[in-house]
Amino acid sequence: MKKRAVLFWAQLGFTLMVCAFLIVPVVLSMLAGVTVNYQNGLESGLTLRWIGEVWAGYRQTIFLSIGISLVCLAVTLVLGVPAAYVLAKRQNAMTRAIEELLVMPVAVPGLATALALIVTYGGAGGFRTSWTFILVGHVLFTLPFMVRSVLAVLSAIDLKTLEESASSLGAGFGQRFFQIVLPNCRGGILAGSLMVVTLSMGEFNMTWLLHTPLTKTLPVGLADAYASLRLEIGSAYTLVFFVMIVPLLLAMQAMSRPRKSKTAKADIGEE
Amino acid sequence: MSRESARLFALLLPAGVFFLAFFLLPLARLFAIGGSGKEGFAAYAAIVSDANYFSSLMSTLALAAMTTITTLVISGISGVFLQRHKFPGNALLVSMLTFPLAFPGVVIGFMVIMLSGRQGLIGDIAMYLTGEKIVFAYSMAGLFMGYVYFSVPRTILTIMAAAEKLDPRIEEAARSLGASTWRVVFDVILPGLKPAFIAAGAICFATAMGAFGTAFTLATRINVLPMVIYTEFTLQANMAMAAALSFVLGAVTWLVLAIARTAAGSTVAAAG
Amino acid sequence: MMTDPVQPLAIALSRCGKTFADGTRALEPLDLEIKAGETVVFLGPSGCGKTTTLRIIAGLEDPDAGGRVLFDGVDVTAQPIEQRNVGMVFQSYALFPNMTVAENIGYGLRVRRAKKPAIAARVDEMLGMMRIEPLADRRIDQLSGGQRQRVALARALAVRPRALLLDEPLTALDAKLRDALRLEIDELLRRLGITAIYVTHDQAEAMALGDRIAVMDHGKMAQIGPPREIYRRPATRFVADFIGTMNRISGVARGGVFVTDAGAVPWLEAPPGTTEALFRPEDVTVVDEGQAHLKGSVVAAFFLGDRTRLFVKVDANKPLVVETDARRDYAHGETVGLRIDPRGLMAL
Repeated sequence: MKKRAVLFWAQLGFTLMVCAFLIVPVVLSMLAGVTVNYQNGLESGLTLRWIGEVWAGYRQTIFLSIGISLVCLAVTLVLGVPAAYVLAKRQNAMTRAIEELLVMPVAVPGLATALALIVTYGGAGGFRTSWTFILVGHVLFTLPFMVRSVLAVLSAIDLKTLEESASSLGAGFGQRFFQIVLPNCRGGILAGSLMVVTLSMGEFNMTWLLHTPLTKTLPVGLADAYASLRLEIGSAYTLVFFVMIVPLLLAMQAMSRPRKSKTAKADIGEE
Repeated sequence: MSRESARLFALLLPAGVFFLAFFLLPLARLFAIGGSGKEGFAAYAAIVSDANYFSSLMSTLALAAMTTITTLVISGISGVFLQRHKFPGNALLVSMLTFPLAFPGVVIGFMVIMLSGRQGLIGDIAMYLTGEKIVFAYSMAGLFMGYVYFSVPRTILTIMAAAEKLDPRIEEAARSLGASTWRVVFDVILPGLKPAFIAAGAICFATAMGAFGTAFTLATRINVLPMVIYTEFTLQANMAMAAALSFVLGAVTWLVLAIARTAAGSTVAAAG
Repeated sequence: MMTDPVQPLAIALSRCGKTFADGTRALEPLDLEIKAGETVVFLGPSGCGKTTTLRIIAGLEDPDAGGRVLFDGVDVTAQPIEQRNVGMVFQSYALFPNMTVAENIGYGLRVRRAKKPAIAARVDEMLGMMRIEPLADRRIDQLSGGQRQRVALARALAVRPRALLLDEPLTALDAKLRDALRLEIDELLRRLGITAIYVTHDQAEAMALGDRIAVMDHGKMAQIGPPREIYRRPATRFVADFIGTMNRISGVARGGVFVTDAGAVPWLEAPPGTTEALFRPEDVTVVDEGQAHLKGSVVAAFFLGDRTRLFVKVDANKPLVVETDARRDYAHGETVGLRIDPRGLMAL
């Protein structure tokens, strides 16, 4: 028993250290963003000056990132949900290959994808310099997450029988898709959407090569700020980024929880 | 039946066209451009024949391997611990461990700077204790730290999900047969978690191979393949070599994931 | 409570076979006529083709080329299920998790673009008919298995279907609930007078519900007929063994008597050349050795409460199954006499 207790405390201590490793820098950077002079510590006083500077210099990047992530979400919904539905309906060698292909932009480094896009469409002036060029990269990168998320939910329910019973009641394809399929994968669509927006907001690997001076996204601006400005401004900028992305992350965490208790309840109902 | 097939085809078409036009076609073009430099398609061999590129490849592989092993050990210990022991504060710890899940590479680079940069916490503590400042953010060690930071949250989630599915009765059976705690760990728990380790490890590895943001934030001088490609592209304007190198990097990374997916037997949760 | 009666539908299958894409032959070409208002039960082990036949009638599977499905004489083979107006009840119930009980029941009318008050009225009627009014606003995951089954029936019947197709509707329930619901379904089908096709692997269900039973085996229809006929005059060995318990004993029919190694049984109508007699346990009585037709030794005895089931070895074949209500124990190896009611003897 005693040996077990030692083991427990050792593991707990280790886990707490890992937590500290992950959370301490976040807290530090948040503090640095509102500290007058980080080198002198908190005694130098708190200020919103750095945040103001970020807002003045970089607010365009914030708006562009929000805009791109929302359009990216719309595109992934239109492309991804029907694709996931097809992949759930037909499970054969072909659809597995398609699934594998769709995931490739996640596996292949963003740098390579971005270069590929540049060498192919770099000459198309208007396209290359507009924000849609970045959008294409973001859609490629986030589409698999939407497809996976919806597909996971669709594979967990008995889609085939649900659709069969709807059609036995007279529902045509459109009615089945909008009244049965979509409502029943709402959870997957929501989870996928959160993922897509979060990833699009933070995408840097591709965006750094795809952007132009007029199409800087938030992470591009961050990299700029880290490289050229004082630590406090970089921190303040990071703080702004956290404020935007943390609600999304918390929503994702919340989504992954209650689903468990719901299935448990359904199991009891089956008794 | 055929009407149904036509309908499904139509639903898949938009995603397919997009994918073809903006991924497969560009990749094919990238491949062609990679062979269009003065060395021709021999450029693809440069990654092993050119000493500089080869050393970058080796250090990238070493970094990725180290990151993977470290992340798996950390996540294995903490993930199984948090899944097995429900104590007050458990949920809070899980939230904290998975909080940085979707931080982009650049931000993670900055977190490393906050910890071990010129004004970093570790440096300050070392200064206070020994009178000497430790700064390692802008080196391979900093990059390693960043990649572990990046990989731990998602790996812990995978391990916890797998640990939850382990049948406790198998463990009880092992104990009833007289197995010690360590034997149970090595004979029951670790084999049970193997698919999750492979799946999560593959993603760690792929990320550490191809990630760019963290390295970019820390320093452009770190000798890893993504930085080399970036340098070839921007500073040397050597498009052909950049294309060849990135194509090889993409192929290697994709291959690692594909092999792991087959080995793990289940679908590896995609993650960036 | 039931309003205007449904006009029952006559269904005919003509040369309906089914070969799946991977080449498996699920169903040999089949001809079948189902009269209006009749309840036909497809009975057989899993993989026998019974569900495939049901799905062809429903329109969920297309028959192989040449097969035709006729509803009241009209060829509906090319019609998809949503145009056939058949009610269907699935083994897994297939209730829509995104809708309440009432919304599930009203769904068929909703897709037919019925007016809201009309839908509400029909939903109420169905809730009443299935006695589940208090469940109207429940979510599906808050229902028990039996409640789900009632909702599934109500939903299928709400659209006034021309026929009701039930695919193993009771299989997912426990035994007690199954008996209760079987009774309810039987009562419902009689009352509605609707044409019903019921798929099951449970012979007790088939016996209770079917006007006729179609016994299926390996993609073929082995026999079709009223339950009594299937039980008393099985057409094949498979049917004889699948329905109820069948005893068999080898011997020779000679001059109105069937002579076996264990004794002789009077059997006037024995078909010439018969070498095997079949009979049910209820046609055998355990008697004193003096009055016995056959003698054998007890190899196992199971006390069932109201009676005792004996396994009696009379020859090299499988032991005979015999039941007795004698209030005594039987010892292993004990010799017993058996008397067989000649009316129960069958030959194949």
